[in-house]
Amino acid sequence: MTAVSLSDVAFSYGDVPVVDGISLDVPEGEFLGLVGPNGSGKSTLLTLMLGLQRPTRGEVRLFDRPAHDFADGERVAYVAQDVTRTARDMPVTVREVVRMGRYPRNLFGRFSAADREAVAAALDRVDIADLADRRVGALSGGQRQRVFVARALAAEADLLALDEPTVALDAESREAFYDLLGELNDGGMTVVLVEHDIGVVTARASRIACLNKRLYFHGSPDDFADSDALAAAYGANQRVLDHDHGHGRHHGRREESRGHARTDPEDES
Amino acid sequence: MTGPVALAATDLLAVEFSAADSLAPLLVTDALTGVFDWFLTAVVGGAFSWLAGVTGLDFLGYPYMQRAYLSVLCIGVVGPLVGSFLVYRDLSMVGDTLAHTAFAGVALALFLDATLGLAVPPLLGALVVAVVAALVVQALVEYTDARSDAALAMVLTGGFALGSVLISLTGGGISVGINQYLFGSLATVSRADVGLLVSMGLVVVGSVAVAYRPLVYVTFDETAARASRLHVRAVNTLLSVLTAFVVVSAMRIMGVILVAALLVVPVVTASRLGRSFKQSLLYGVLAGELAGVAGVTVAYLYGLAAGGSIVLVALAGFVAVAAGRRLA
Repeated sequence: MTAVSLSDVAFSYGDVPVVDGISLDVPEGEFLGLVGPNGSGKSTLLTLMLGLQRPTRGEVRLFDRPAHDFADGERVAYVAQDVTRTARDMPVTVREVVRMGRYPRNLFGRFSAADREAVAAALDRVDIADLADRRVGALSGGQRQRVFVARALAAEADLLALDEPTVALDAESREAFYDLLGELNDGGMTVVLVEHDIGVVTARASRIACLNKRLYFHGSPDDFADSDALAAAYGANQRVLDHDHGHGRHHGRREESRGHARTDPEDES
Repeated sequence: MTGPVALAATDLLAVEFSAADSLAPLLVTDALTGVFDWFLTAVVGGAFSWLAGVTGLDFLGYPYMQRAYLSVLCIGVVGPLVGSFLVYRDLSMVGDTLAHTAFAGVALALFLDATLGLAVPPLLGALVVAVVAALVVQALVEYTDARSDAALAMVLTGGFALGSVLISLTGGGISVGINQYLFGSLATVSRADVGLLVSMGLVVVGSVAVAYRPLVYVTFDETAARASRLHVRAVNTLLSVLTAFVVVSAMRIMGVILVAALLVVPVVTASRLGRSFKQSLLYGVLAGELAGVAGVTVAYLYGLAAGGSIVLVALAGFVAVAAGRRLA
């Protein structure tokens, strides 16, 4: 079954095109890495996949239903870039945030034993049970992102969409976080990850989609490393170098012959 | 029954009705009005008069002070309760904006009365205009490129401009009636005003209790809530309308200019104390109650403006908590 299906999708703000002519499928259980330069439309494409915006052309289907009409909120979970100022300032506990994962299933009724068990299991699964009564704003960046993954686990979501979730994390926390995503994907969860660090994506994802308004590549990480899609999409002479991330699935990082060594983590699109 | 109790009960029944009393049938049935009269006379009047006898504070037995205290007790609950879903979304100015548009509603009602002889209760005018303004702000943010703070600024100034123009059209004739809404007053809170506050208070508390989960989810992470198919627009509309209810019901005692403070200051104070969101809601309500009761008492004892006194006490509470946290 296909989790997400895009067919000739285009989106623009007024006359300014953001993405154009994107067609790709994300089968259930896939780990798709979305890469592209700053302003390439990665984040917009993610919101289109989730049905948060309607394309100006083409069709987006989510679990075989039009994305904008998709109603099974518990099947979809979203993790943004580092938490907003709201999440840092609002006096909300880890447990309260993870409980939000159950709200699509139980918005008004009394929390059942199943709801409470799902929350407890999610806290245990990402190893933050001991932080359950701490304020989210008091946690480190890595701990906070684990809280949002726990919220997705509590929802028992089938699709986890993440928009540059490790921007604010240090290298060690980033590796641990992506280990966790890999484990969840191994367990059957479909993962769509927008990421600026191409090395991470090519090492972790089972498929890569490289775009810069239009789709330059969609295929396996190995084929991506061998292709010229990177240079075409980024507009510079670039190649993916092998290096060891220590997790074995694939290795690589992007090197540019000119410009910045790394794309800007802020994707304004 | 002691002297003060008998005096309070008699005076409560003799309270004269203002133009706003005609709102009562719009909000409650005759039967509920009777229950409210009994509640105001027997329960509130009795309790305060007993307190007056025990403490020796005679002003607790005065009916207009009893109405003022009951009003701030209601505002102290609903203000922080709704404000908690505004402050963390950088929407603290929503209350101020709706209060200024409510001012235009009051001016419109008084203008219609003065020029066309249409007896529109000022608070009804305020409520209608504030709710419409709340929906306009939401539409501006959703359907135009306006930033939310710019949309709020436009509606705030637009509302106040409309009110000032309406006042000038009557040659300033309605400005006397306007003043009590601008600055608030202890003495002008009528029985109907209290009835309106209690009614709206019940609506606000009931709505927040029912919609607590969607409200807290949207407040914390609106995009994730949308991805989870929560009806974010409906939640935002509910929040806007509840804010309008709070502002309009509290403006008679707090005044247009200061009414928004109890949506914000107790919440900010509580945010430094609460370990969880629910605990912060509770602390916010406690901070609001303390500010309201102490502010009204200070205003009466020293002949000060009620709204200003309440806000200054609330700010003093914030400073005390912030200083205490820094020293701890």
